[in-house]
Amino acid sequence: MRAANAFVKALESEGVEVIFGVPGGAIIEVYDALYDSNIKHLTTRHEQGAVHAADGFARASGKVGVAMATSGPGATNTVTGITTAYMDSSSIVVFTGQVPTQMIGNDAFQEADITGITMPVTKHNFLVTDVKKLLKTVKEAFYIASTGRPGPVLVDLPKDITIADIDYSYPKKVDLIGYKPKYEGHPKQIKRAAELIMKAERPLILAGGGVIISNASKELVELAEAIPAFVVTTLMGKGSIPETHPLCLGFVGMHGSKYANYAVTECDLLIAVGCRFSDRTTGKLSGFAPYAKIIHIDIDPAEIGKNVDVDIPIVGDAKRVLAKLKKYVQYKKRKEWDDKVNYWRKRYPLKYKKDGFKPQFVIERACEVIPDAIVTTEVGQNQMWAAQYFKVKHPRQFITSGGLGTMGFGFPAAIGAQVACPDRIVIDIAGDGSFMMNIQELATCVFYNIPVKVLVLNNGYLGMVRQWQQLFYRERYSATCIGCEGTSFEKIAEGFGAVGMTVERPSEVEEALREAAKTEMPVVIDFRVDYLANVFPMVPPGANLNEIIDEED
Amino acid sequence: MKYTIAALVENKPGVLARVASLFRRRGYNIDSLSVGRTERDDISRITIVVEGNEKVVEQVTKQLNKLVEVIKVSDVSEHSVERELCLVKVSVQPEKRGEIVELSNIFRARIVDVSRDSFIIEVTGDEEKIEAFISLMRQYGIKELARTGKVAMVRGSK
Repeated sequence: MRAANAFVKALESEGVEVIFGVPGGAIIEVYDALYDSNIKHLTTRHEQGAVHAADGFARASGKVGVAMATSGPGATNTVTGITTAYMDSSSIVVFTGQVPTQMIGNDAFQEADITGITMPVTKHNFLVTDVKKLLKTVKEAFYIASTGRPGPVLVDLPKDITIADIDYSYPKKVDLIGYKPKYEGHPKQIKRAAELIMKAERPLILAGGGVIISNASKELVELAEAIPAFVVTTLMGKGSIPETHPLCLGFVGMHGSKYANYAVTECDLLIAVGCRFSDRTTGKLSGFAPYAKIIHIDIDPAEIGKNVDVDIPIVGDAKRVLAKLKKYVQYKKRKEWDDKVNYWRKRYPLKYKKDGFKPQFVIERACEVIPDAIVTTEVGQNQMWAAQYFKVKHPRQFITSGGLGTMGFGFPAAIGAQVACPDRIVIDIAGDGSFMMNIQELATCVFYNIPVKVLVLNNGYLGMVRQWQQLFYRERYSATCIGCEGTSFEKIAEGFGAVGMTVERPSEVEEALREAAKTEMPVVIDFRVDYLANVFPMVPPGANLNEIIDEED
Repeated sequence: MKYTIAALVENKPGVLARVASLFRRRGYNIDSLSVGRTERDDISRITIVVEGNEKVVEQVTKQLNKLVEVIKVSDVSEHSVERELCLVKVSVQPEKRGEIVELSNIFRARIVDVSRDSFIIEVTGDEEKIEAFISLMRQYGIKELARTGKVAMVRGSK
């Protein structure tokens, strides 16, 4: 059998339903084999879009996302997508074409050393140089991408390998001597953690993206209720507990709520699950949770002690460890702490000035009109407002580039999420700057009728940078004005064959959203919002979490 | 402080690049590095001397362990035999010949090449011994010097 056909058969055995990609010369044999396969292939208009779409598919479904590109520029275009997935531990496998093995190293046409380039941004990568190892490599790639702490894996496929003739035998098991993730959590450590919890007067759970990846939301909520403990999440952990749950304090960090940040600062025990203490979450490290003992549950041992010193490390899978931990804790009311947190919650709600047409208003309305929508975001102000004002109820409902902060992620990720969940409404909360970075995928949406709704909060600026310039750089707005008030996203959408709308007044928002929600086509709504709106509250860079300021502070 | 870390890795192309890339990316300083096969053909041993504190070494160890092709990582800084090998080409004036031979004997170094006006001397030992030997040879004029990285092994049956 031609290796390309065996390869496609292997993908079928892995349960791959859909591939996002762009064909090209070095990968043409694989595309030829795909022609006869039941695997659906969506041709994106740029390889970056393909990888983000595969990533969005993975995050929305919990399955492995698959992207494909040709050698050289096709491969290098995947790098931002791969790095985005790496930083957020998303399980994707990227296949790239490569020039024939005998030409590698000779600077052949469309040759790029993509395994060298992606070495620091993949969980692992492979260059297949022996066709006998092709199928084994595919098996290992999916296994590595989806187990332990998930991450992107790249497999580089030289053209001669895909042409070669092989017998099809797909391995059932993998045997990697250097790769043995630990899932269970040390029983003694779990008991010690439970003891600390029982002793704590002001316990708090910090839930990260790992809770969602591990499908541990149920266990998280059960543990929180069993203690009981308030829960704050990281940006990536948003959705790990319903944000309508009385114990949920929303997300913590640079633009988290005041009460969530105060709770972290004042707690005497922090139970951190599946998070990596990023600088956007912790603020200044020396002022982070200064009174707290810290329990850190994570599947990646290297995360423990990396940024924050911990008292009880537990290496294991969040789902299993949380379930075990719950068995050892007993319900204990902590009235003083409850009252204090509830006071903060009442005293310092999220708020914004309601004059004019505010972007926050658009998101609040969206949350009311389409509360069960899957929300992807771009990066910047739009992302933070979405995180603040769209209250999500389910894990995998909120999809954002937290680690790398990739502008241009949200739209193609929404495509992937929509393909994974065809019956859901999927919206991308975007800024004009970010949307422009992968706007070409509108063509993909229209061509395959993927009815994603893009909510462009159009303020004509690279808004988050503009905000920093206003607050910290004496209003010297260097290079941040991009003048999108002169751009008609409505016409752009129509030009691609999608539905476009322009909304200039708050009073029109709700109707536009309702209209979009029932349109079974891709929709772009250009919200002409107040360009001076800023994201508050905010922890100034380098400050402690409790030094968080409001607009009027 | 300097720590010596030994990593057993799969003997495959690109593994050394992965290890080196990890050190560069995370900002760890490699003081010396040596690689060679072990008693098994399919497994190599990388010995790395890294500069830093305990926290750095803990992170280095954990990050190395995360690499799929790394099988085992151990800290061999203590209770171990450490060796480096060094070749020194020294200028030799006829009247100094005896002196250099004598010094070499004291260090159990071997003269492996003799020409009219130079020796190549091979010396093995721990870092300190090699440093001492090199500094003694300086007075005669070192023409060329090549050192391997350090290799190390924990003492006893463990």
